[in-house]
Amino acid sequence: MKNIRNFCIIAHIDHGKSTLADRLLEHTKTISEREMQAQVLDDMDLEREKGITIKSHAIQIDHVHKGEKYTLNLIDTPGHVDFSYEVSRALAACEGALLLVDASQGIQAQTISNLYLAIDNDLEIIPVINKIDMEGAMIPEVTDQIVDLIGCKPEDIILASGKSGIGIDDILEAIIERIPSPKGDEQAPLQALIFDSVFNSFRGIIVYYRVINGTIKKNDKVKFVHTGKEYGADEVGILKLALTPKNEVKAGDVGYIITGIKNAKEVKVGDTLTLVSNPTQEAVKGFEDVKPMVFAGIFPVNTDEFEELRDCMEKLQLNDASLTFEPETSQALGFGFRCGFLGMLHMEIIQERLEREFNQTVITTVPNVSFHAYTTREKDVRIIVNNPSEMPDPSRIDRIEEPFIRAQIITLPDYIGNIMTLCLGKRGLLINQNYLTATRVELIFEMPLAEIVFDFYDKLKSSTRGYASFDYQPLDYRESDITKMDILLNGDKVDALSALIHRSRAQDFGRKLCSKLKELLPRQQFMIAIQAALGAKIVARETISAMRKDVTAKCYGGDISRKRKLLEKQKEGKKRMRQIGNVEVPQEAFLAVLKLDD
Amino acid sequence: MAGIYLHIPFCKQACNYCNFHFSTSLRLKAEMIDALGKEIALQRHYLEGQTIETIYFGGGTPSLLSATELMQLWEKLENYFPQQDLKEITLEANPDDLSPAYLRALKNTPVNRLSIGIQSFHDKDLRYMNRAHNAAEADYAVKAAQDTGLDNISIDLIYGTPTMTDKEWLENIAAAVTLQVYHISSYALTVEPRTALAHAIAKGSSREPDNSQTAAQFEQLVERLGAAGYEHYEISNFALPGKYAVHNTNYWKGRHYLGLGPSAHSFNTGSRQWNIANNTTYLKSILTEGKVPFEKEVLTPEDQFNEYLMTSLRTMWGADLDHIASVFGADARTRLLAESETFTDKGWMQIEEGKMILTTAGKLFADRIASDLFR
Ligand SMILES: Nc1nc2c(ncn2[C@@H]2O[C@H](COP(=O)(O)OP(=O)(O)OP(=O)(O)O)[C@@H](O)[C@H]2O)c(=O)[nH]1
Ligand code: SF4
Ligand SMILES: [Mg+2]
Repeated sequence: MKNIRNFCIIAHIDHGKSTLADRLLEHTKTISEREMQAQVLDDMDLEREKGITIKSHAIQIDHVHKGEKYTLNLIDTPGHVDFSYEVSRALAACEGALLLVDASQGIQAQTISNLYLAIDNDLEIIPVINKIDMEGAMIPEVTDQIVDLIGCKPEDIILASGKSGIGIDDILEAIIERIPSPKGDEQAPLQALIFDSVFNSFRGIIVYYRVINGTIKKNDKVKFVHTGKEYGADEVGILKLALTPKNEVKAGDVGYIITGIKNAKEVKVGDTLTLVSNPTQEAVKGFEDVKPMVFAGIFPVNTDEFEELRDCMEKLQLNDASLTFEPETSQALGFGFRCGFLGMLHMEIIQERLEREFNQTVITTVPNVSFHAYTTREKDVRIIVNNPSEMPDPSRIDRIEEPFIRAQIITLPDYIGNIMTLCLGKRGLLINQNYLTATRVELIFEMPLAEIVFDFYDKLKSSTRGYASFDYQPLDYRESDITKMDILLNGDKVDALSALIHRSRAQDFGRKLCSKLKELLPRQQFMIAIQAALGAKIVARETISAMRKDVTAKCYGGDISRKRKLLEKQKEGKKRMRQIGNVEVPQEAFLAVLKLDD
Repeated sequence: MAGIYLHIPFCKQACNYCNFHFSTSLRLKAEMIDALGKEIALQRHYLEGQTIETIYFGGGTPSLLSATELMQLWEKLENYFPQQDLKEITLEANPDDLSPAYLRALKNTPVNRLSIGIQSFHDKDLRYMNRAHNAAEADYAVKAAQDTGLDNISIDLIYGTPTMTDKEWLENIAAAVTLQVYHISSYALTVEPRTALAHAIAKGSSREPDNSQTAAQFEQLVERLGAAGYEHYEISNFALPGKYAVHNTNYWKGRHYLGLGPSAHSFNTGSRQWNIANNTTYLKSILTEGKVPFEKEVLTPEDQFNEYLMTSLRTMWGADLDHIASVFGADARTRLLAESETFTDKGWMQIEEGKMILTTAGKLFADRIASDLFR
């Protein structure tokens, strides 16, 4: 065990974690030249398309250092705020972390938040200034920032470039010399912490764990401590680029197990795995439940596919422990699920994964944060409102509270003015302004969560030309003037389009939403009235004139197949529409709120 | 019964709405005639065993070919497709090309039908569409053709143009009727992607055709031409009794055809194929490699059903339920009948003697009806 090192790579988004992982894998010949591609660990289609890491990814490296063989378990983590839960679980399987800082960008918001996560987990931190090949690299300045932040010596910082392969030897050496080997007892009763799992349609459910104590062998009878369920270890092994079966996985190592588990709900990330024959007396401390930041409905496009969707959501949840959901019904959309997400990117990823990995076409509704409502009758009883339909009738409401967050923005002094305008316009309160160095300033705001989940990050980037990074933590709930806005189509209320919104924003929001819906709803053979209402009061209105004609003029030789395909597409599109009253509403319209312009 | 289509991929200038394949440079015209001749030889087996009934020179602008060039192609056709019982040989022509001398020369070719791209008898619409001719030429071209004895004439008219009032549209229809042309094809101005028109609308310099005005002008068209004795035999086509366009009607009746030239489409039950829509690539492939550059699509039974429905519903003969039952099975008929009930209820469709036929109101929604009834 003294020759095992478990470490992860953490950083702000895009600071080069996955690229550096490539070099480590290449240098140690863990991956052959033929298998190598840029960011090889980002193996999900979505990760490759978006160029970002979404899931943590573990892989084992064999390395010889000063004549001794070492086993290094590397975990590459995502940098985007929405996926910080992935980082926190990866940390629990490690004794050390490489903290990368982009030499041209310096310390950014998630550098700090991920560093604190690592410190909380007592990890040995190896600071690395990455991308030093870049023209804009500011090595002395970034060195000062890191020294200030973690209190290390300048000599402790490794200079590297994942692109050109500089510093890879130094990093490997530091991993072996500085990170402690895992402590554990191979002979003790088995204790393995489950940190991830995935559903594979050929192999069933695959569970990933870090063995804390004991040894797990093929064909052992194992037990999940929390659920009490027992299974046979059909296959155990370690994680190379592909799953690599072994006869046993010992204390200190990271591995996987395949059992005959059928039901996705029986696996819970954070649970402890032990042996039936010699069970451990105590479970390992698991993970804190994640608190979703936004809630939205997910409905099957075909109403009769609800059960199938449930099955798929459960399987997806195996691989994304931060997804939460419970059944909900909507008049407009039928049976579906109210889901909790960590942010808008997370929501988008879930929808995409449902479509790509599980072949589910779904309708996602307007997202909202979670409010607290209190009625006049029971002033102290908190009603949690994750869905506009759960909001009590205004006549019964005593008060409503909305969640606030603490936002931390790091930027250049030039942009302070723009950021102030943006945040104050979003009902933010400036709490602190702090110069990290002469050219980097940190601004702390308290803001309503509802104002930052949707498009705040895009706005922040455009008002600072990208020179700002941002992180936030939930703070508390504060009383607020929240009102429910309804949307009516030809007089019928569409519950799936209702939104909870601050009164000062309502009229403007209603206007924009109506005009966006006007763009998104296809014309039909009759006129459509789109109205936004606060209670009985109509605050905005648009009309879509009737379509009098739906026929293309020509239909000659060459047009026939083109036209057939066009009409086939039209038919497909129609399948993705929902009938509300007599109006056909396409899938995108339910998310109109996310596409509002200024 | 089968037809041959030849695509002449050149135009003098680009009309703003047009998304056909053509080049405005005539530099490669001679090579193109040469290549078309070679393709005729290469494709001589495509319609094996079938009698050629129609030949159609389309484009682009076939009237950019001299009579000599036409005869060059004609000789090849006669040579490689000997089994002919020709009823109709159409040449698409633009008014500005139809000089008396050219018409006299045409008279000595086998061409026996002209399809003239008039579009409008008003200068401002023609300018808006960036057509190469003017209103006077439009009127003159038809009369000159008739005087030469080429009286089997079809003209094209476009409605829904933002520059044209309803009154002017009625004038266009009246002008066509007065000229006593045998056949009228009339299309709504359609904004196709990647055209000058689409671009102008996107940047706000041109108005979009108005859907309800277009519908109203279609209704005027149907009413006026009906009163003048034209049969409305396909959504966009009107003919004096017996003067249907044989070649085009074959498209809607699922007959076979061979398309020659860049971008031309061919159809043989079960598959469609189309030549590459690029003049230089086409020429290179035919002239230097001796190969026809095409892509092919095999039609599934669903595709065939959909195509039959889509095309037949556009015609006054309608979709033949017995034909559907015999080709696609009895269930297909039963299902179709059940699903079309909403349309008969709306008065969009009638079922007469086993044929499903759209009413004038239904014709305005022909695409939607067809797509709803697709498999
Ligand atoms: N010049 C230079 N570019 C680099 C280097 N490392 C990474 N990049 C580029 O930086 C971008 C982000 O690299 P990734 O490795 O995907 O970054 P990441 O930290 O894994 O990103 P997330 O996982 O999404 O947080 C890519 O365009 C890389 O090509 C480097 O050392 N030098
Ligand atoms: S003449 Fe015909 S083919 Fe040429 S650009 Fe105009 S419409 Fe298109
Ligand atoms: Mg990455």
